[in-house]
Amino acid sequence: MYVAVKGGERAISAAHAWLDETRRGDPAVPELTVAQVEQQMPLAVDRVMAEGSCHDRFLAALAIKQAKGDLIEAAFLLRAYRTTLPRFGASAPLETGAMRLRRRISATYKDLPGGQVLGPTFDYTHRLLDFALAAEGTERATAPEADAPVPAVPRVTELLAREGLMQREDPGDGEPGDLTREPLAFPAARDVRLQNLARGDEGFVLALGYSTQRGYGGNHPFVGEIRVGHVAVEFTPPELGFPIEIGEIAVTECQMVNQFKGSRTEPPQFTRGYGLVFGHGERRAMAMALVDRALRSAELGEDVTAPAQDQEFVLYHSDNIEATGFVEHLKLPHYVDFQSELENLRTIRAALVRESLREAAE
Amino acid sequence: MTALTPGFADPVLDAQAAFRAVLEAMSRPGRVQRAGAGLAPPAPLMPAAAAVLLALADSGTPLVHDGGEDADAWLRFHAGAPVSPTLAEAAFVLATGAPPALSALGTGTEEEPERGATLVVQVASLAEGDGWRLIGPGIEREHRLAVEGLPPGFVQAWTANRALFPRGVDVVLCAGEHLAALPRGITIAEG
Amino acid sequence: MNAPLEGYNFAYLDEATKRMLRRTILKAVAIPGHQIPFGAREMPLPYGWGTGGIQVTAAILGPADTLKVIDQGADDTTNAISIRRFFTRVAGVATTERTAEATIIQTRHRIPEAPLRENQVLVYQVPQPEPLSKLEPRRAETKRLHALADYGLMHVRLYEDIARLGHIAKAYDYPVMVGGRYLMSPSPIPAFDNPKMHRMAALQLFGAGREKRIYAIPPYTDVRSLDFEDHPFRPIRAPQDCALCGSRESYLDEVITDDRGGRLFVCSDTDYCGERVAARGAAAC
Repeated sequence: MYVAVKGGERAISAAHAWLDETRRGDPAVPELTVAQVEQQMPLAVDRVMAEGSCHDRFLAALAIKQAKGDLIEAAFLLRAYRTTLPRFGASAPLETGAMRLRRRISATYKDLPGGQVLGPTFDYTHRLLDFALAAEGTERATAPEADAPVPAVPRVTELLAREGLMQREDPGDGEPGDLTREPLAFPAARDVRLQNLARGDEGFVLALGYSTQRGYGGNHPFVGEIRVGHVAVEFTPPELGFPIEIGEIAVTECQMVNQFKGSRTEPPQFTRGYGLVFGHGERRAMAMALVDRALRSAELGEDVTAPAQDQEFVLYHSDNIEATGFVEHLKLPHYVDFQSELENLRTIRAALVRESLREAAE
Repeated sequence: MTALTPGFADPVLDAQAAFRAVLEAMSRPGRVQRAGAGLAPPAPLMPAAAAVLLALADSGTPLVHDGGEDADAWLRFHAGAPVSPTLAEAAFVLATGAPPALSALGTGTEEEPERGATLVVQVASLAEGDGWRLIGPGIEREHRLAVEGLPPGFVQAWTANRALFPRGVDVVLCAGEHLAALPRGITIAEG
Repeated sequence: MNAPLEGYNFAYLDEATKRMLRRTILKAVAIPGHQIPFGAREMPLPYGWGTGGIQVTAAILGPADTLKVIDQGADDTTNAISIRRFFTRVAGVATTERTAEATIIQTRHRIPEAPLRENQVLVYQVPQPEPLSKLEPRRAETKRLHALADYGLMHVRLYEDIARLGHIAKAYDYPVMVGGRYLMSPSPIPAFDNPKMHRMAALQLFGAGREKRIYAIPPYTDVRSLDFEDHPFRPIRAPQDCALCGSRESYLDEVITDDRGGRLFVCSDTDYCGERVAARGAAAC
């Protein structure tokens, strides 16, 4: 006689024990420490902090270890932790003009105040596997140090704005929107759009940014500036009434300079596409800046025709925690709805057979 | 001003219990529920009305009330709801005396009818089995509800509110430790 | 009640989030069938795996409740077990597999066979709350259509089925009109379950976490499956009897028993089936 499947509870426990075992891998190989992940996979940590919407290098590294290196799973772990934290308020806007720079480049000027600073970049490396890295314990070259730290330098777009050639942004008033507490509503304001892109999936934002370059809503971008470094975070506690510095975080900022033909109320000028992300994430910041500019099409009176210009399309599909959950939920049992589809299909086909028999008889 | 009396003894579980009372009241309009037992809010606040606001109002919900200074200090401390600049923008309106005209409150929009206000009205008494005849969602056939202490003309104003559906104001009637609700979709016929 | 998980609030969510959810739920009850956006939180379970239902349950749950969780009608499906475990850990509430003993039933894809009572709440997990989503993907536009109660798109879609196939081909997530005003997705329950929603004695709450919407059906509210006068709504079930309890009324799962075409049918509602088998066993003694 048929006996219904039971024992799901035991199966889950056993599966999770097995997961723990596979995480550890071969016990003959020393266990990876969270500090090693944090120090030696800093870009993975940066990505997890960005998509996990939480700046904490240790927790991001722990999440990467726990997720066996699956960065979307790690970002999910960090987000789920983040929601349990109390919220104290919004910080003051970061002053990226006062950034302690590690890297700063402009594609629009050969030289400019502060100069071009390459910093620690993959750019111009030849992508040849370095077998020396496979040998552990080898001494690596140390980088030469400049005599003086890079001074704080003005942003390139600011130089253009002083000349009246770059559209000024409306600083807005009050606290920016927060889609971790309020659901998206359309049309979405730029603050919320930027928040969405800053924590959006890097691959998705990259592909959309790329699509604008290939003619799907493009607007001829120039990299005005990319800067990577540390900025102070300031917060005004209500009981003090003045801002205090609560720490410093690493960020990457990208300002894209784009054409704008002008409208009836505004002369032709450059417009900005903006990207700002946690850690060192140039690809993400640049793609974000492209998509930000594309999403401004409607307010700038441009035609909205391409996917990257479509607010609902971009903002509803950028979140990889939502996306992975929903794509992967398809592996949950669906046999109840499948059964109704089966019965439905059988009924339709039986009716068709009856129909054709009747026709044959006539 | 007198010293503040305490709010919920157990902020988590008491809030849950008060919410379930309101949920039950909204789901079964005209059935009388209990809430706020053990609360001693300053006059003129009644325990049930105080429990409703403690359970639901906070810094995200602008409030208008007519409870006076002591009630204001108590609600500010325990619920933390900001004073609404206008009656129409209030998420919650508490009437310890004569309630404002329903038409003066926010009723939401056709797209976002949920923005309609919740009016909490303290009345003299609430009893099932007699009085108004209520029909609508949540009611199998008819619920009777006898309410003492509402101004004349309330049923007429309610009929106008009902006609706005899905826009409209939702009402929670409170008497002592009792409450009953009138969600906007309910039709009232006078007994 | 067991002691809830250390370091977390009762039922996991913080009190401010619960208040937000509770306010949303109350407005949802006041406007039957209308989807209300809410600030859904990231839960420690993935989006699409019941986070909406979990948030609704967490907002209403109290120590006096007894919780039942089903997926596909069964208490022992892995995701149902996982969600039940979650609430045992974070709220320490009593759980049950018996429909009659539960005060809150969280469900995915089914409504229990036994009629629910007034002191019960049914919480649905909803993947896609917008019934028009397959016809109009833009939420700004569907919001406008709901405001106008303009559901022509859906009628046309169903009528196309009739024209092409002779009857409506939607077998699950079959759209309903609630209180004669709002078109609503019943979540992907089989159309077989739709009639149970009509004037149900229990409160029905719907949570969509990823899409960040909550909606509700108060008790004894009219819920009509969309149909046409000449093509009335017909709930479908497999025409067999349950191989375990013999039921001819319940919704059945099809089980493949071998690779030679062998199959049998058993109740999808495991509690309903178990009760019937037990009653039969008792009668035989």
